[in-house]
Amino acid sequence: MPHGVVVDPLITNLMVFVLAIFVGYHVVWHVTPALHTPLMSVTNAISSVIVVGAILAAGAGGVNRGTLLGAAAVALVAINTFGGFLVTERMLEMFKKKDRKERE
Amino acid sequence: MSPNVVALTYLVASVLFILALKGLSGPTTARRGNRFGIAGMALAVLTTLLITRRVDLTLGALTIGGAIGWLVARRVQMTQMPELVAAMHSLVGLAAVLIAIAVVNNPMSFGIENPLPAGNRVELFIGTFVGAMTFSGSIIAFGKLAGLGKFSRLFSSAPVVFASQHFVNLAIAIAMIVFGIAFVTAAPDGLWTPFIVMTAIAFVLGVLIIIPIGGADMPVVISMLNSYSGWAASGIGFSLNNPLLIVAGSLVGSSGAILSYIMCKAMNRSFISVILGGFGGAEGAAASTEQKAVKSGSAEDVAFLLGNAERVIIIPGYGLAVARAQHAVKEMAQKLIAKGVSVRYAIHPVAGRMPGHMNVLLAEAEVPYDQVQEMEDINGDFGAADIAFVLGANDVVNPLAEQKGSPIYGMPILEAHKAHTVVVNKRSMASGYAGIDNPLFYMDKTMMVFGDAKKVVEDIVKAIE
Repeated sequence: MPHGVVVDPLITNLMVFVLAIFVGYHVVWHVTPALHTPLMSVTNAISSVIVVGAILAAGAGGVNRGTLLGAAAVALVAINTFGGFLVTERMLEMFKKKDRKERE
Repeated sequence: MSPNVVALTYLVASVLFILALKGLSGPTTARRGNRFGIAGMALAVLTTLLITRRVDLTLGALTIGGAIGWLVARRVQMTQMPELVAAMHSLVGLAAVLIAIAVVNNPMSFGIENPLPAGNRVELFIGTFVGAMTFSGSIIAFGKLAGLGKFSRLFSSAPVVFASQHFVNLAIAIAMIVFGIAFVTAAPDGLWTPFIVMTAIAFVLGVLIIIPIGGADMPVVISMLNSYSGWAASGIGFSLNNPLLIVAGSLVGSSGAILSYIMCKAMNRSFISVILGGFGGAEGAAASTEQKAVKSGSAEDVAFLLGNAERVIIIPGYGLAVARAQHAVKEMAQKLIAKGVSVRYAIHPVAGRMPGHMNVLLAEAEVPYDQVQEMEDINGDFGAADIAFVLGANDVVNPLAEQKGSPIYGMPILEAHKAHTVVVNKRSMASGYAGIDNPLFYMDKTMMVFGDAKKVVEDIVKAIE
C-alpha cells in the first residue's frame, strides 16, 4: 500500500466481516446437539448488540424524532439483551442440576 | 473517551462474544460461555453510554425493556421456547429498521456525513431490508409456533401456497431492489419515499417467504431466522461503521446458518426445498382414507409390558411436549428403573420444534443426562431392546424413510421398528407433519395407545405396581 493512501472503511469492515464468519463457523461447528436450544438463545442475546446503534441514536442529544426512535429501539432490543441471557442461564441451570445429582 | 479507546473496548467485547459461543458448544463450559456473553454485552453497552451526549432516554428505555425481558425469561415455559426465540428474532429485525430510519433522519448523530454518501446508503439498504424481512418473517413463524392459525390463515401451520407463488415472490424481490437502487441514487431531499417503499416491500416479502413453509420445517425456519437476525445486525454495523456489530452479527449469522444446515440434514431436505416450501399437510388427506387394522391397548397393558421388559427405549416427540408430559415420563422411568428395567431416551435431532428442544424439555424434568442419547449413538441398540415406546413422535420413526420413492426417503430415522415390541402413544391416527402414513403403526408387534400423552403416561405410572 503506498504511503498516505487511506483504505476505504468499507474494505476494512469487509475484512472484519469475512474473518468473523470464519471464526463463527469454526467455533459453532462442533456444538453438541443437546445444546442447540441454549446456543440459539445465546446467539439471540448476542445479536441484540445492535442495541449499541440504538443507544447512539437515543443519546444524540435533545428529544426529537431521531432520539425517540432510538429510545424505542433500545427498549425493544433490551428485551432480548436481558431476556436472552437470562433464559439461557435458566436452561443451563436445568442441565447443571442433573449433573449434580449424578455426582451424588 | 477517545475513539481509539472505544474501538479497543469493542474489540474486547467481540472477543468475549467469541468465547461465549465457544463455551456454548460443550456442556461443561456452557455456563461460563453465557457469562462471557453477558460480560461482553455489559462492556459494549456501558462504553456506548459513556460516549453519548444524553443518557436519560437510553437508561429509561433499557429499564423498561430489561424489566420485560427479565419477566419473560423467568416466566416462559420450556415448551414455549421456540415461540420466545421467534419473538426475539423479530425484535432484532425491528430494531435494525428503527436504527436505519434514525440514520436517514439524522446521519450526523452517528458520525456519518450529511447528506448520506452513496456507500452508506447501499449498506443501509441491505441492513434495512434484511431487518424488515427478519421482523415480519419471525412474526409469522411466531404465529405458526404459537398455534395462532385460528386467527389468521397466515399463521396456519399448514403451508399457505398459491398459484405462481415463487414468480410473485421474485417479482416483489425485484421491486424491492429497484426501490433500493432508487434510494441509493436519490437526491438528498428525496430519500424518504424510496426508503419507505423499499422497507414496506421488505416487510411483505418477509411474510411471503415464511407462509409456504409447513410446521414440520419449523426447526429450519427458526434457525434460518436466527441467522437473518445476525446478518441484520451486521448490516447495521456496516452502515454505522461499527466493527463490534459486524463481528457479533456475523458470529450469529454463521451460527444460525450452521444450525439450519444441521436441521436440513436431519430431515434429508435441501435448504432450497425448505425455503420454497409447500411441504406437508396438502397430500395428507389422501393417505389416511385407507383404513387398516391396528392393534390398540390400554395404559394397563402397556404398564404390564414395560414392567416385564429388560430394556426400554423411550422416543419422545413433539406430542409429548404439547401434552407437557415430560415430568410424568420421568416418573414412569424412575419407577421402571426401580424395578430393574433399563430405560433410555432416544432423541432425534429434529424432535420438538426447534433445534435441541427435546433435550431442554427432558432437562427441565430432571431426567439424568446419561439416559438421554442422540440418534447415532442409540440406533444400533434398538435390535436388542424389548420395547420401543414412541411418545408423540411420528415421522422420525417412520420406516418408509428407508424405502425408495417415499416422500421422506433418505431421512435419518430412529429405528424403533427393530425393537422386539413397539408401543406407540398418539392422540389419533392422523398423519404427522409430513402428511404420510406410518407403516410402523400397522406392524404385528406394534401396540397403539390412544390418548393425551400426559394422561396415558400418568395412568401407566399408576398401573406399574
